[in-house]
Amino acid sequence: MGIAPEAQVETVAPHEARAPSSPKQVAKDSLIGKRIAKLDAPDKASGKTRYIHDMDLPGQLYGKILRSSRVHARIVRIDTSRARRLPGVHAVITAADVPYQRPLGVGKDHLPLKSDRVRSPRDEIAAVAADSPEIAAAALKLIEVEYEDLPPVFDAAAALEPGAPVLHEGKPDNIAMTFDYSHGDIARGEAESDVVIEDTFRLHYVTHCCMGVSGVIADFDASGSLTLYSQTQVPFLHKREFAEVLGIDPGRIRIIQPPIGGGFGSKLDIYPFEPIAIFLARATKRPVKLVYTREEEFAVSPTRQPVVLRLRSGAKKDGTLTFREVETLHDNGAYTSWGATTPFVIMQTISSLYRVPHCKYHTSAVYTNNPYAGSFRGYGNLQGTFAVESHMDKLAEALGMDPLEFRLQNAQEPGEVTGQGMHFKSCGFKDCLRTAAGRSDFQRKHREYRAAQAKSGRYKRGVGIASMLHVGGGAKIYPSDGCGTILKIDDFAHVTVMTGASEIGQGSETVIAQLVCEELGVPLDAVTVVNNDTDITPWDVGVHASRTTFIAGNSAIGAARKAREKVMAAAAKAIGYDAAALDLRQGMIVRAADGESIMPLAKLLRSLHFSDKAELVMTTHYYEPPSQHQDKGFKGDVSAAYAWASQVIEVEVDTETGIVRMRNVWGAHDVGRVLNRLGIEGQVEGGVVMGQGYALTEELIVERGVTRNPAFRDYKLVTAPEIPEMDITFIETMDGEGPQGAKGVGEAPAICIAAATANAIYNATGVRIYRLPFTPENVYRALREGGSKK
Amino acid sequence: MSAKVEIGFNLNGAQRTVEVPREMSTLDMLREVIGLTGTKYACGEGECGACTIIVDGRSVNACLMFAPDCDGRSVTTVEGVVDTPLGERLRDAFVQAGAVQCGFCTPGMMVQAKHLIDMHDGKLGREAIKRGIEGNLCRCTGYVKIVDAIAAAAQPKG
Ligand code: FES
Ligand code: FES
Repeated sequence: MGIAPEAQVETVAPHEARAPSSPKQVAKDSLIGKRIAKLDAPDKASGKTRYIHDMDLPGQLYGKILRSSRVHARIVRIDTSRARRLPGVHAVITAADVPYQRPLGVGKDHLPLKSDRVRSPRDEIAAVAADSPEIAAAALKLIEVEYEDLPPVFDAAAALEPGAPVLHEGKPDNIAMTFDYSHGDIARGEAESDVVIEDTFRLHYVTHCCMGVSGVIADFDASGSLTLYSQTQVPFLHKREFAEVLGIDPGRIRIIQPPIGGGFGSKLDIYPFEPIAIFLARATKRPVKLVYTREEEFAVSPTRQPVVLRLRSGAKKDGTLTFREVETLHDNGAYTSWGATTPFVIMQTISSLYRVPHCKYHTSAVYTNNPYAGSFRGYGNLQGTFAVESHMDKLAEALGMDPLEFRLQNAQEPGEVTGQGMHFKSCGFKDCLRTAAGRSDFQRKHREYRAAQAKSGRYKRGVGIASMLHVGGGAKIYPSDGCGTILKIDDFAHVTVMTGASEIGQGSETVIAQLVCEELGVPLDAVTVVNNDTDITPWDVGVHASRTTFIAGNSAIGAARKAREKVMAAAAKAIGYDAAALDLRQGMIVRAADGESIMPLAKLLRSLHFSDKAELVMTTHYYEPPSQHQDKGFKGDVSAAYAWASQVIEVEVDTETGIVRMRNVWGAHDVGRVLNRLGIEGQVEGGVVMGQGYALTEELIVERGVTRNPAFRDYKLVTAPEIPEMDITFIETMDGEGPQGAKGVGEAPAICIAAATANAIYNATGVRIYRLPFTPENVYRALREGGSKK
Repeated sequence: MSAKVEIGFNLNGAQRTVEVPREMSTLDMLREVIGLTGTKYACGEGECGACTIIVDGRSVNACLMFAPDCDGRSVTTVEGVVDTPLGERLRDAFVQAGAVQCGFCTPGMMVQAKHLIDMHDGKLGREAIKRGIEGNLCRCTGYVKIVDAIAAAAQPKG
C-alpha cells in the first residue's frame, strides 16, 4: 500500500513546469505592496460573473411584496382572494398565513409580514409568488387592504414630546436606544477653558445605492433543509438569525453568497424581504427568487440616518483642548436596525481622535414613522467627524492659531491610551496631518484664500483639512470577532483557502491569496479562495468595521504557517536538511541561504501523499484578535489596531450659484502597510468619491415618511466628470499585530470628506455651514444669510 | 401580457431570430429570453448605464429600447465586445488598472469604453473619457481607475 502509479506521481502542474530546472537560484518573490489585479476581475469585466440577478433555479417562482400605502395605520382587513385567483399565481401570503414568524433585525421590533399595524410606507403586508415577476406584480394590485390611520410623527424631537404618537408598545417614550459615555469632568474642563464654542450640526439622509439591487433566492430540499442564495455580508450570524425568525434548526440552513453588486454596510442586517422569500418558497415548495426594482431599493432600503448633533468644545489659550460635550438625536425610523448603534463609532471620534481630557456624550435614537436607519460605510463616523473637525477649525480661529498647528498640538501619538480605553499601538496621525498638509501646501493656501475672501470676484477658492480615527483591527462587539480558515494543498501544490470572510467587491479574496503566497512561496495563480458557502467555510463574524484584511488575513496567515511548518519538516526529513535552512519560493523548495532549488513543492507533496505516511497537507486556524469588549460605560480597547487619515480638500465656490466644485483631495492614510497597492488605491478613490457624494450631491428626500426621490434622476450620485484630482499617500506604520503590518482601510477614505469640505467652503467664503449636503441651493442660501441657522 | 412579435437581428456577430412581447425591453430580451446576463439592470430608466449596449454603432441603454426595435439591426453586448481584439485589450486594461471592484457597473463601462474608443480614433484624453462615461454610474471605484483603464486601452499598441 501507499505506492502510487508512477504516472500520477510524476504529473507536473503547469506552474511547476515553468519553475526553473534545477539546480538553479530561485529569487524570493514577494507580492506584498505590489499592484495585484483582483482575482475576480477578468470574469467581471467579461460579463461572465453570475450575480444573484443572473441566477435562476429550475422551477423557480418570482416573489413580490405588497407594502403599506399608509405611514402609520392599523390593518383592519386584508383580502387576497382576487390575487389568489389570478392565473400564474402560486401563493399569496399575509401574516395570517405564516404559522410562525418572529421579530427580526437588530432591535427585534418588527415581523417580516406585519400583522395588525404598519409604521412606515415600507412595511410589508403581503407577498406573492408567481410564474413571472409581471404576474406577481399584477397580483399585488388585486390585494385589498383596509386601514385605519393612526397619528404619525416624522421628527425625532417631536417624537420625544409628551403626548407624541407611540410607535411601539413597551416603548412609551419612543426611545429605541440611548448611549451615555464620559471620561474626566466636564465642569472642570470648562473652568479651565479660555474659549468655549457650541454649535448644532444637522446631517441628512443618504442611502447606499449599490449598483446591484437587493435580492435573494430561497430553495428548500425535500427534507426541509433550506439553501439561501443571499447577498449578506454576515452569513454566519444571519444563519442563526434566520433560524430564529423561521423557527428552524440553524443546522438546516445553508447560505451561499453569489458575488454581490456592492455592500457598503447595507447587507449587515436581515431585512423582511429575505424571510418573506423563504415563506413563499416553503408555501409553494418551489425555489423563489425575489429581487428589488431600483425604485424599491431607494424607497425601502436602510439609510444613513439624519442626526442632530449639538457639540460644545473648549480649549486653553495655549491651544490645548479641554473638553468636549455632545448630545445627538438620531431619527431611528420606524424600526431598529444597525443605524441605532452608530453612536458607538461617533463616540470614538468625539473621545479619542484628539486628546480631550474631559468628555461627555449622550445619544438618543428615537422612533419615528420615517424609513429606518441601517449601517453604512463609516458607521456614524462621517457624521461625528463633520462636527468635530468643523469645531477644530472654529477653535483654532478663536485662538488665533493655524488650523494645522492646532491639530498637531492635540493629535494622538503612538502609545496613547485614551480616556475611552483605546490603545494606539501604531499611530501615524501626525505624519498623516503633515503629509496631507505638506503635499497640498495647505498653510500657505489657507492664509492666501482667507485673505482673498474680502476681494471681489464670483469664484472663491478654499482649502480645508480634516482627519479621522477608525477601527483598523476589527471591532469586538460580538462575543467573538474572529475568523476561521481551512487550507489545503493538493498534489500539484495548488492551495485552496477556505475563509469565513466574504468578498463584497473590496478585494479581500485577492489580499488573502497574496498573504498565503507570502507564507507558502507559491505563485498567485496557485491559490484559490473559497469564501461564499456556510457549509464549507469556517465561521467569521462578517464583513464590517474594515476588519476583513486584518482578521481574515491573520487567520489565513495562521493556517498557511501551519502548512508551511508541515511542509518544511517533511522536506527537511526527505532531503536530510535542517528545516530552518530551507525556504519555499516560486513553488520550489530551496536552500534558504542562496536560493538554490532543491525540488518542486508539488513533488514533495506527492511523495508525502503517496508514501507509507499517506499524508495530505490540510490545516485550520482560527484567529481572534487581542482586543477587548467594552465595559458598560463603553470603555475598552475594542480594536486590535486603529487607522488614521488626514485629508485636505480644495474647493471652488461659485458665490452666485452656490455651486461647490471639489477640485483636489490630498489624502494621507495610515494603513499600517500597503498589501495590494492597486486594491488599496481603489478603496481610497472610491471612498473619497462616496464622501464627495455625501458632502455635495446626495440626499434622500423624505417627506412625511415617504421617499420622494427614489431614482438616480433625482438622487444624484457623483459622475465621472465631477471627481476631484486625488493625491494619495500611504503612511506605513507597520502595525505589530496586523497581517504583514497592515490595518483596515475600507471605511476610512469616505469619513473626513464632508468635514474637510465644510472647512474649505469656510476658508473660501467666510461662511460656515452646519448642515449637509452642500448642494447649490443650500450653499446659495447660506451665503445669502451669512451662515446657516444654528 | 402583450402580444408577441418575431424579430431578427445580428447579435454579437451572429444572426438571431426570437419571439418577444411587444412591450419587452431589449434589456429583458437579452437577459431573460436570450440568456445573455452580462448586460445589467440597475435602474431601468436610462440613468445608470449598467445596461449599455451598442446598436448599429451607437451606444444605447438597453432598458430604454423596446426589444422589437432591434429588428434588422446589429446589436453588440459585453459578451460580444470581449470577443474582439479591442475588447480583449479593454478587459485586460480594466483588470490590470484595478477598474473593477464589485463589477456590477463594469460590463456597461466596457461597452461604453469600446464605443468611445471606436468613435475617437485614438485621440482620447482623460477629460473626454470622463465625459464619455458620464452616463455610467459606479458606486465603488470613484472612476479614477476606470478612466486609467480606458486611457490605457485607447493607446494603440505599438
Ligand atoms: S438599467 Fe438601463 S440605464 Fe440603468
Ligand atoms: S465596481 Fe461596483 S459599481 Fe462599479
